[in-house]
Amino acid sequence: MAGVTIEAGPAGAPLSVSDLRLRSGRRRREGLVRRTFFAAALLSVLINVLIVVTLFDGTWDFLSRVDLGLLWTDGWFPRRDMYDVKTIVAGTMVVAVVAMVVATPLGLGAAIYLAEYASRRTRRRLKPILEVLAGIPSVVMGFFALTVIAPDVVGRLFDARGPSLGAAGIGVGILITPLVASVAEDAMFAVPRSLREASYGLGARKRTTTIRVVFPAAVSGIVAALILGISRAIGETLVVAMAAGGTGGSLFTLDPLEQGQTMTAAMTALATGSDQVKGASLAFPSLFFVGTLLFFMTLALNVASERFVRRVRRRY
Amino acid sequence: MATARASATTGAVEAALRGRRTDPAGIAFQVALLAALLASLLILVLLLSDVVQTALPVFEERAVDFLTSGVSSLPERAGVRQGIIGSLYIVAFVVLIAIPLGVGGAIYMEEYARDTRLTRVINANIRNLAGVPAIVYGLLGIALFVQFQALQPITGGRSIISAGLTISILVLPIVTITAAEALRAVPQGIREAAFGVGATRWEVVRSHVLPYAAPGIFTGTILTLARAFGETAPLILIGAATGFLSSGSAGFVETLQGPYTALPTLVYSYARRNLRAFENVTAATIVVLLVILLLVNATAIILRNRYERKW
Repeated sequence: MAGVTIEAGPAGAPLSVSDLRLRSGRRRREGLVRRTFFAAALLSVLINVLIVVTLFDGTWDFLSRVDLGLLWTDGWFPRRDMYDVKTIVAGTMVVAVVAMVVATPLGLGAAIYLAEYASRRTRRRLKPILEVLAGIPSVVMGFFALTVIAPDVVGRLFDARGPSLGAAGIGVGILITPLVASVAEDAMFAVPRSLREASYGLGARKRTTTIRVVFPAAVSGIVAALILGISRAIGETLVVAMAAGGTGGSLFTLDPLEQGQTMTAAMTALATGSDQVKGASLAFPSLFFVGTLLFFMTLALNVASERFVRRVRRRY
Repeated sequence: MATARASATTGAVEAALRGRRTDPAGIAFQVALLAALLASLLILVLLLSDVVQTALPVFEERAVDFLTSGVSSLPERAGVRQGIIGSLYIVAFVVLIAIPLGVGGAIYMEEYARDTRLTRVINANIRNLAGVPAIVYGLLGIALFVQFQALQPITGGRSIISAGLTISILVLPIVTITAAEALRAVPQGIREAAFGVGATRWEVVRSHVLPYAAPGIFTGTILTLARAFGETAPLILIGAATGFLSSGSAGFVETLQGPYTALPTLVYSYARRNLRAFENVTAATIVVLLVILLLVNATAIILRNRYERKW
């Protein structure tokens, strides 16, 4: 080994530590790039902070000026200064329940079929159905709910005329079906093969294996899918704004066959009417109050859903 | 006693083995599952055929005229030109703002960040933003771009700029998440090979990671463009429903600061008028929107199929 010199470059001088160091220009560029990307990543924190500040600021503005008794009246009529919170929360709940009644069987059924029964080829052919459905914008579903679901489905099955919370709920349910299906399918995919094989080895049928082994093993992920679906149903806006009726406001109702108002629909109504409603100065700040309610409800559901997803991941 | 039990067991096993191989309940279960999936298909077909059928008269009577006419209170004169232009402007904002920032953030999270508390906080923020209802972004847009006095001279209030920035903020977390997934799919060996010949981190990212992740990033971001095209709720809050795109003599900046409308908000505002009179026009607007979405998605699929790589 003695006598070996490492030639570095044309000068022929021996290689030293300084040759291995980055030249200052290269190093400076490296730092600059790193900081730029870091700033881009930090932007999401900034946006979150801005959202919370915006919501709190508007909510404070509303709550400090409104007569708190107006928050618990017979209905949600911002033009008449009636801001009954329970009306829009109840409307949102009715829509979410109807949506889950539609999305749970459709979404879970599709997920179980794709994960357990479909061959690879059928899977490749049938999966795009859900992907296309997921790509339908909610305005389009709103139009469909208003012109087809309300008169031809809800109107014929029940004695209801025109838009209703139920018709909007069905539309929202169709809209969230692909989401429920894809999260639930991922959960069942994560169940190890060995569990299924052990079940078959004991002589269990496919149906028994699916219901008694795979489903319980994936149950956290399936719950996560349903919670995420509820969260999305609560935040869904256009279908409800178009097909639930109650554009000017609504009385408290829990009946899915009646017209009603949800939190999101109340917000769009406030926004589109805000130019006309000059007299009711509180109508605009009430937008932020409802937005805050909506934000924290969906946040709680999303966090819960993530907990469940993580539980599946930890187990396998 | 023992033999009796043994023979009972043998009998049970034999009965089970000789038993009917078909399981009617099992078949019923499988059919029910398939029906759930096919119900989605049925709904999809119903929806599309209903919309196309309702829209057909409009396209038969005035195909080109419908595409080139502006917003009108008369159904026979109403068109989608301003909606298409407004939507294109908004998507341009997304391409110029949300995609660079989102991809940059994803590069930081995947290539630079170590597992520190700050990294976890940023990650939690990105995931949280992805779950915030679209309409809440509309509130942020109103407060930040429409009402905030410092920014108002730039955005011009309820304008294309405000709408474009709001939608950019809305899709930012989605871009970040899809880009991060694409980056994660690049095998570690590619990076190590580049580090091995003395590349710096940025050189590794630029010339090794990004080229391999590009197809995934492109596909993901194109799909977010589809989202940007169809997003309506925040635009309604920022005032697209009542706005018209100014046309003609106004300069470029004035156009951007002026009122506007977008395709999905046109659907909403047409449907809100006298629905009977406007039903065909609304459906025709939806058809235009869906055709654009189809083109965008088809581009993404073609790109994916051409450049997809298996490791």
